[in-house]
Amino acid sequence: MGRMDTTIVGIGTRKGLWLARSSDRRRWELDGPHFLMSEVLSLLFDTRWETPRMVVGFRSSHWGPSLQHSDDLGATWVEHPEGSIRFPEDTDTALKATWQLVADPHDPQVVWAGTEPHALWRSEDGGETFELNRGLWDHPHRTQWGDGAGGGAIHTVLPSPTDAGSMLVAMSAGGVYNTRDGGQSWTPGNKGIHAYFMPHDEWPEFGQCVHKVARDSAQPTRLYAQNHRGVYRSDDDGVTWTSIEAGLPTNFGMTAVANPAQGDSLWLVPIASDGERIPPGAVLQVQRTDDAGATWRTQDTGLPHPSYTNVLRDAAGTDQHDEPGLYFGTRNGDVFASIDGGDSFTRIAEQLPDVLCVRAVTLQ
Amino acid sequence: MTARVVLPGLLRDLAEGAAELPVELEGPATLAEVLDTAFGPWPILASRVRDERGQIRRHVNVFVDGEDAKRAEGVQTPVGPQATVHVINAVSGG
Repeated sequence: MGRMDTTIVGIGTRKGLWLARSSDRRRWELDGPHFLMSEVLSLLFDTRWETPRMVVGFRSSHWGPSLQHSDDLGATWVEHPEGSIRFPEDTDTALKATWQLVADPHDPQVVWAGTEPHALWRSEDGGETFELNRGLWDHPHRTQWGDGAGGGAIHTVLPSPTDAGSMLVAMSAGGVYNTRDGGQSWTPGNKGIHAYFMPHDEWPEFGQCVHKVARDSAQPTRLYAQNHRGVYRSDDDGVTWTSIEAGLPTNFGMTAVANPAQGDSLWLVPIASDGERIPPGAVLQVQRTDDAGATWRTQDTGLPHPSYTNVLRDAAGTDQHDEPGLYFGTRNGDVFASIDGGDSFTRIAEQLPDVLCVRAVTLQ
Repeated sequence: MTARVVLPGLLRDLAEGAAELPVELEGPATLAEVLDTAFGPWPILASRVRDERGQIRRHVNVFVDGEDAKRAEGVQTPVGPQATVHVINAVSGG
């Protein structure tokens, strides 16, 4: 299989990492498990390296959280002997898990991590060692941030591609926070996001249960947020939000994936409701917009129904082909791929453990 | 005097295959001191057993001469100079 035309889909599950490889995105070979019996919660294919560097955040229920990287696409793995992410002694805190790993768009050595408990970290050595962002850690709201069902974590990290000092992070359950000064200070960015579960104040400054935020690929100040009941768009870089849920079968879901090849285009995977965490009408489906949420269309060709599974917040991703592949994994261990923008799907893996994260890379 | 730290099979690769690690003690010591010494050459092994605060991980049990350290004084549990310390992955998981 030539490197020039290889796509790799990393499938992080509750019991290890699998890598699906294909030269044509039709026939896939599955390699794994790596990190057997560890929850693989975060995965980065850092394409700034000549051979993309893989950085993986995983957690063993016995042996705790770890970070490892591979510079040979998963053949060998390296763990920093002193640990990649360690809370400083003065915080009297221990890392529980790394939920997000993101390459910085400006500095080729910088990688960002979001962790449980709620913290943001910056690496200047490609994800080998990280330093705690004190601006967010010392934020007066921190002690009031709650835990989502999976724990309390920074699960989304979105550096601005145009402004090196600007970044959005999102957490369950604290909502969205923004910095405009390189992470020194952080301001909640939740105006317009409803929090029905806070009856004393349903439009709070913070405390919203945001599940995932995605940045538009053409307009960097346009963002989309899938919340715990509610789908929103921001046109001011995450400060204020308006609902775009009209036309969707439900306003609940976990994931949101921007189309890397087309602005105003986004995929969601709807879930019936917070009380019924199955696909709407038991039809596993994707919802796609091409007009920034004004209208939506259902994409379910090739997806099984009836289906009673769902898709978690990071269990969907895209590759870097001109016509990007869309991949997502389910809680019952299936992984689906579409190479026609979601119009049709094929199953590329099945019978895996619960899928927690999916990321894909196209080798250039 | 030599105390012994006995490793579970799942962790032995992190100590170059050793099933147990000897720790020379001149007198009484705490469990933290014994583990620090035993795991000194293998910091990744150390991180599997204790978090960055030095606490024994939730689903790891450490027994000092048969006594569960978490039910005793935690990492401050006294360790005699000829003690046997067992590190065991707890019966948990799914």
